[in-house]
Amino acid sequence: MAEQFAALIIVVPLISSLLVPVIGWGQKKLCYPWVVAVLVVPLICSLGILNTVLTTGKFSYRLGGWAPPWGIEYAIDHLNAFVLVIVSFISLMVAIHSKKSVEKELSEKTVPFYTLFLLLVTGLLGIVITGDAFNLFVFLEIASLSCYALIAIGEEGAPIAAFNYIIIGTIGACFYLLGVGYLYIATGSLNMADLANILPDLYHSKVILVAFAFFTVGIAIKGGLFPLHTWLPDAYCTAPSAVSSLIAPLMTKVAAYVMIRLMFTVFQPHFSVEIVPVFAILGWLSVFAIFWGGIKALAQTDIKRMLVYVLVAEVGYIVIGVSVANRVGLTGAILHIMNDAVMMTCLFLVVGAILYKTGTREIHQFRHLNKKMPFTMAAFTITALSMCGIPPACGFFSKWYLIQGTIEAGQWVWAAALLCSSLINAVLFFRVIECAYLKPMEPAYAHNAGETHGEILRDEAPFTMLVPIVIMAAGVIFLGIFSGKIISSVIQFAVPASF
Amino acid sequence: MLDYIISKYNFWIYVVLMMIGLYAMIGKKNLIKKLIGMNIFQSAMILFYVSIGVKAGATVPILSGHGHGHVHEVIEVAKYLNPLPHVLMLTAIVVSIATTGVALATLILIYRRYNTLEEDEILKIRKDTGV
Repeated sequence: MAEQFAALIIVVPLISSLLVPVIGWGQKKLCYPWVVAVLVVPLICSLGILNTVLTTGKFSYRLGGWAPPWGIEYAIDHLNAFVLVIVSFISLMVAIHSKKSVEKELSEKTVPFYTLFLLLVTGLLGIVITGDAFNLFVFLEIASLSCYALIAIGEEGAPIAAFNYIIIGTIGACFYLLGVGYLYIATGSLNMADLANILPDLYHSKVILVAFAFFTVGIAIKGGLFPLHTWLPDAYCTAPSAVSSLIAPLMTKVAAYVMIRLMFTVFQPHFSVEIVPVFAILGWLSVFAIFWGGIKALAQTDIKRMLVYVLVAEVGYIVIGVSVANRVGLTGAILHIMNDAVMMTCLFLVVGAILYKTGTREIHQFRHLNKKMPFTMAAFTITALSMCGIPPACGFFSKWYLIQGTIEAGQWVWAAALLCSSLINAVLFFRVIECAYLKPMEPAYAHNAGETHGEILRDEAPFTMLVPIVIMAAGVIFLGIFSGKIISSVIQFAVPASF
Repeated sequence: MLDYIISKYNFWIYVVLMMIGLYAMIGKKNLIKKLIGMNIFQSAMILFYVSIGVKAGATVPILSGHGHGHVHEVIEVAKYLNPLPHVLMLTAIVVSIATTGVALATLILIYRRYNTLEEDEILKIRKDTGV
């Protein structure tokens, strides 16, 4: 049974997404329970896969029984299994949260929304699980296409942002595909494990260098790494809140996973580090990403737009962890993939809940939200502290490893950038917390709201929104406390052995 | 030099087409032109993939054996085209059609909202309405 999980994790959401229109035909309301029920399956499968990998080591699933260099193989090791659990867990949480916000924001488009939602999850899971370079392109496009459509149904500027994303995203995907093509010319193989065996003899071939360049640029576009992030802020900000809370944490993290997979599995670390100076370039770009994202975030008054710019900086974090190319740094990068996905999901879910309840995303209108929505704001505060890197929240630990990695590599400027970014995050998030908790009530607002003098009624987010928010906030603390355990049991095996 | 260009003309054409597409995607103001540029870009890639599967003097890879699945002659690989890049392109064509479809649908949304498909005009409208 356990090896069938690898196929089920893709097949179940894919088939179910096609069934959503059938189910939604008669009763629109059935879509939501259906999607939530379906998304439990990938979570169970991914936990089963992780369990198998932890007990018996890496394994592979042959689709249709075709042997690897010819057939498509789902190759599962510690890194995949770990990212699969993150993706499936977060997509389930976002699906649970989506009920009310979709009813409010997209009341007429519930059915297409959930269809595309499941397709997007299928794409993301597929990117992570596959061991075939071309298959990865197909899943990348499944995820991206559903992303484009989901973004386009958002607010005022959404279609323009989606169109820009389509153009730039297609360039990224095509560059990736060209990279695959060049590798195929040189090796005659599309299987990642097979490529990893053949490539070392060809490392000085120009074809391989060009392929590597195409891969790097293509994935950097998809992941929104500075300076190729220009599509990202508008697209993620104008998307409906249920959509942005799924794609903002996951799309960028999955792209970071692909980067790690290509640079350390398909190409050996020795190629990526010694033959091409790619990590020096990526590392410095990440430093710019961190500062640029932080500074742009400081300039925003809209909390969602602020978070999107923070996300640009967070992509920089992970890429710095990859770029230092040592064991500690890469551990930090993989840990940060998980931590940042959880933190970003929590923050975006909170923003979705606030938008649903108050109808505003302007930070200065958040006064007294702590009394109106105490649990939501508590979750926001916990996650904000984690973003600033305060222990025992999880953000501290990944940053700790990342900074240790940069120091070990002797890149002091990168370490300084990471530390500065924590300070910028502190300013960013304390600004919001100050508005919500400490600012006195505006008299006009109290009067308009028809509330009794000085007293604010509690108006908490609905139950379906509150549960995922609280779970994610608890996750921020628990993942921090157990991060040592996670590293010793999973991540240390996910880092390539040659380090 | 000329021989070098002519002997690899398929790659040159692919590079030139790709650059035309890239220029249209980045440089053009009209959104439809951007979309056409994207299509040229994708076609260039399909051309690249198709041409790497081709061999001079080779034929389609269908084995003409006697009986059911028993091929008695020795198969000479050089006589047959490499079908794999071509098969990959079937998938890539489907992807590019889907992308074009989504992009066109988005353009319809944009046109309904702003009544124009010129990027600078849309930016101006958005600026004037204060969004």
